[in-house]
Amino acid sequence: MFWNHHPNAKLSSGNAAASSVVFHVHGITKVYQMGEVEVQALRSIDLDLYEGELVVLLGPSGSGKSTLLNILGGLDIPSSGHFFFRNRDLTHATDAELTRFRRDCVGFIFQFYNLIPSLTARENVALVTELARYPMRPEQALDMVGLSDRLDHFPAQLSGGEQQRVAIARAIAKRPEVLLCDEPTGALDYQTGKLVLDALAQVNQELGTTTAIITHNAGISAMADRVVTMRSGEIIRIQVNEAKVSPEELEW
Amino acid sequence: MPALDRKLFRDLLHLWGQGLAIALVVACGIAIFVAMQTNYQSLQLSQINYYDQYRFAQVFGQLKRAPESVVTQIQAIPGVAQVQTRVVVDVILDVPGRQEPVTGRLISIPEQQTPMLNELYIRQGRYIEPGASDEVLVSEVFANANHLQLGDRLGAVINGRWQSLHIVGIALSPEYVYEIRGSDIFPDNQRFGVLWMGRKALGTAFNLDGAFNDISLSLLPQTDTAEVIFRLDKLLEPYGALGAYDREDQISNRFLSDEIIQLRTHGTVIPAIFLGIGAFLLNIVLTRLIGTQRDQIAVLKAFGYSNWAIGEHFLKFVLAIVALGAVLGTLTGLWLGAALTKVYANFYHFPVLRYEVSPAMVTGAILISGGAAILGAFGAVRRAISLPPAEAMRPEPPAHFRQTLIERWGLQRWLSPVGRIILRNLERKPIQSMFSMLGISLAVALLVMGGFSQDAMQYLMDSQFHTVQRDDVTIVFNEPRPARTRDEVTHLPGVLYAEPFRVVAARLRFEHRSHKIGIMGIKPDTELRQLVDRHLKPVNLPLDGLLLSSKLADILGVQPGDRLTVEVLEGSRPTRTIPVAGLVDELIGVSAYMDLDALNRLMREGATISGAFLAVDEHQLDELYALLKRTPAVASVSLRKAMLQQFQQTIAQSQGVITTIQVVFACIIAFGVVYNAARIALSERGRELATLRIIGFSKAQVAVILLGEQAVLLIAAIPLGLVLGYGISALMSLLYNTELYRFPLVITRASYAFAVVVILIAGLLSGWLVRRQCDRLDLVAVLKTRE
Repeated sequence: MFWNHHPNAKLSSGNAAASSVVFHVHGITKVYQMGEVEVQALRSIDLDLYEGELVVLLGPSGSGKSTLLNILGGLDIPSSGHFFFRNRDLTHATDAELTRFRRDCVGFIFQFYNLIPSLTARENVALVTELARYPMRPEQALDMVGLSDRLDHFPAQLSGGEQQRVAIARAIAKRPEVLLCDEPTGALDYQTGKLVLDALAQVNQELGTTTAIITHNAGISAMADRVVTMRSGEIIRIQVNEAKVSPEELEW
Repeated sequence: MPALDRKLFRDLLHLWGQGLAIALVVACGIAIFVAMQTNYQSLQLSQINYYDQYRFAQVFGQLKRAPESVVTQIQAIPGVAQVQTRVVVDVILDVPGRQEPVTGRLISIPEQQTPMLNELYIRQGRYIEPGASDEVLVSEVFANANHLQLGDRLGAVINGRWQSLHIVGIALSPEYVYEIRGSDIFPDNQRFGVLWMGRKALGTAFNLDGAFNDISLSLLPQTDTAEVIFRLDKLLEPYGALGAYDREDQISNRFLSDEIIQLRTHGTVIPAIFLGIGAFLLNIVLTRLIGTQRDQIAVLKAFGYSNWAIGEHFLKFVLAIVALGAVLGTLTGLWLGAALTKVYANFYHFPVLRYEVSPAMVTGAILISGGAAILGAFGAVRRAISLPPAEAMRPEPPAHFRQTLIERWGLQRWLSPVGRIILRNLERKPIQSMFSMLGISLAVALLVMGGFSQDAMQYLMDSQFHTVQRDDVTIVFNEPRPARTRDEVTHLPGVLYAEPFRVVAARLRFEHRSHKIGIMGIKPDTELRQLVDRHLKPVNLPLDGLLLSSKLADILGVQPGDRLTVEVLEGSRPTRTIPVAGLVDELIGVSAYMDLDALNRLMREGATISGAFLAVDEHQLDELYALLKRTPAVASVSLRKAMLQQFQQTIAQSQGVITTIQVVFACIIAFGVVYNAARIALSERGRELATLRIIGFSKAQVAVILLGEQAVLLIAAIPLGLVLGYGISALMSLLYNTELYRFPLVITRASYAFAVVVILIAGLLSGWLVRRQCDRLDLVAVLKTRE
């Protein structure tokens, strides 16, 4: 199968605890200015994410989920604390190092898809595959999310669910080691949301990509290996999900 | 094509209106740059080559009469390379088909064609045959203006005898690239022309056989010109020398060189303004475009695009726009440049005035526009790449709004909510607002400058040809005549009234400064020549002392009350100190006036005159002209009306072309700035405006919010632009302050009004275009996605 050629590709073990640590986060905090207001987004977070697992970060808006995800993805740096990716200390990484990290290791999916409106589905994916070391062909990535018949459509010609699936194709096309999803279903209806989650689960299954999904929708947590619950910038609970269900069976 | 380039391409297509507007502004700058700089180079190159190949002399002098034997002594002056002595006389010509008398300048040439200084370029026909005393070559421009051809004959009064001259050749000389009478500033090629005639015939006719009255020298390299002139003057003083001068003061060369310098200045300053505005527009557009693409930048960064890749992406965007501008501008510039060369060829006569374009020039234009673009884009691109991705991911924090100054003054109840939105927006981004305003006001300023060029020229003509000169005809005698000649002139047919004048060549000295000039003596009650001050108010001629034009006073560094040393260069050559009694303000040339009787006393001569100003009856003009043509005593006749007509046909026309270009370009700028500002405001605030529409605002109300802001900026920019335009015009007026002419700072209300109207039209037009786009806002789509 195609992903076997990838050095990091491996079949999901289904047993997260036995795998190696991908992310190691220790005591990180984040404070930022939002206009005239100072926001304490994270207060001393400790967390490990393991290879191949699917984690749901659960919490109400303002709980710090997105900030944590941004730090994991190298989009932001913590105000204090330490952050390791596969034993590499990225806490004080330079901008160029973070760019390199994102280019090689991370796939992002956003709530509002953030497709480039002036590029077609295929071109949006190509935007990323052109940068990557071992990319799939854009068509292949789009095929994986069931959009092989929408290759040359512009974002404005696609439904929300389709746009989000293009975003997923864009994220997985470079075969990232981790997939970080910020409210991927936040802007979608129930049915479409499930379709998108299904695509994510499938990627996690087939490519073994460590996946973190942010949501404030507790219903989604049933599909995770582990559920991390946050509130007011802190982790209040980490739960291992013994009976993981497939996205089709989710209810919310 | 990489996906990022595809995005670039589609962004460009999407923003084509704004891109085109900027490209056009850049094109204007490049076009003017190319047109002017290429002409500058062409003219300069032609000048250098022509002077060099046709041995244009370096020192010139006129005198009354000196024997040829003096030449050996002149030749002995250290540094003198070659000496050319000539006979030069102004005579009245009768040109077939022309009623009025024409002044011809007869210049002697050797009987046998030998290399000489101020060599002739023979365009048509041949050199004169030795001994053929009636053969002449005429200057090309004079021949063209009067439709003269080889074989034609001209009548001339030569030393009292009527003679028929036979045209055998048509020629050009480096001495007459700009062919004017010494006293004029505009060429009148129909009524003044240069003719070359055999030395023997001319010498015999004017009693200058074996003698000369005009001299030209060429010098060895590294010769001190002033020293040569000093020795030459000394040597020729006994022969009635009027004072030698160097190339710089040679009238044709002076006009040409001034024009070349002016072209260079113009070709630098104006393009700089345009390119500056272009850079500034790019900055605004790019800053705001990057603002609207904030989330896209974040995505690119999230997926690992480096700062450099993103910076390059936006730079490419800018360079694509500018490349279009550079191509359009260069092509337009070459076209305009070729047209401008044709205009110049009307005034400056070279054997060949080829329009030359160096590849370096085109490369230079492209580099300059690229530079301007990068300059304009630099800040915006830097901001784009320095945006941390996580921050770029978040929507921009709500902008800081606060109550505006007007509201804090307690005037808010006078403002509708819409009015408050407009005001707060303006106040929130003061720098952006200020820059938009500055851009618009620069366009207004350019329009005002265009008006100024025309107004100043019109004023110059009006004041010179209506207020100062009031005579219909000026005649100059070939030598000073007794005062009673005035009565004879008065009795000529058609002459209603004649006023005598006396012109005496003199050198005025004050401290270490000196200037050569013809002092004009007129009657205190003269009506045909009005002496005026800066405000065109009459100035009375004092009975004693000199009235200087203020430019001459500047050159000499004198003020009324100072005493000047006056060295007369003719007659008994007396030297006296004479007080400066006052100043007059004339815009053309420099002058010194004196009471006629006082001047006669200074010359220790009886009542003597050099010529007369005439008021004539138009119905008897033909008769008068016919008689003047056959009057041996008259050396030159000039007609005020013909002068004005000539001016309007040539100078005003070419000035008009240049002004039109300037106005068209200013309109483009005005439109470029206004349209861009409004269009970007629409994309920045689409969401806000759509929200307003959804809560029940009408299309018109939304348009008012969007365009109201632009309208406020436009209205505020107009007075600023008018002031700026006045300021730049004042600066130009200072720069054009040469000895040949001054450009008065005159801007009519019509010019101001024109600028305002043009800018308002540009505003309305771009407002209308943006309003159409605003009306088509897709409410649902806008709200569905994040900003």
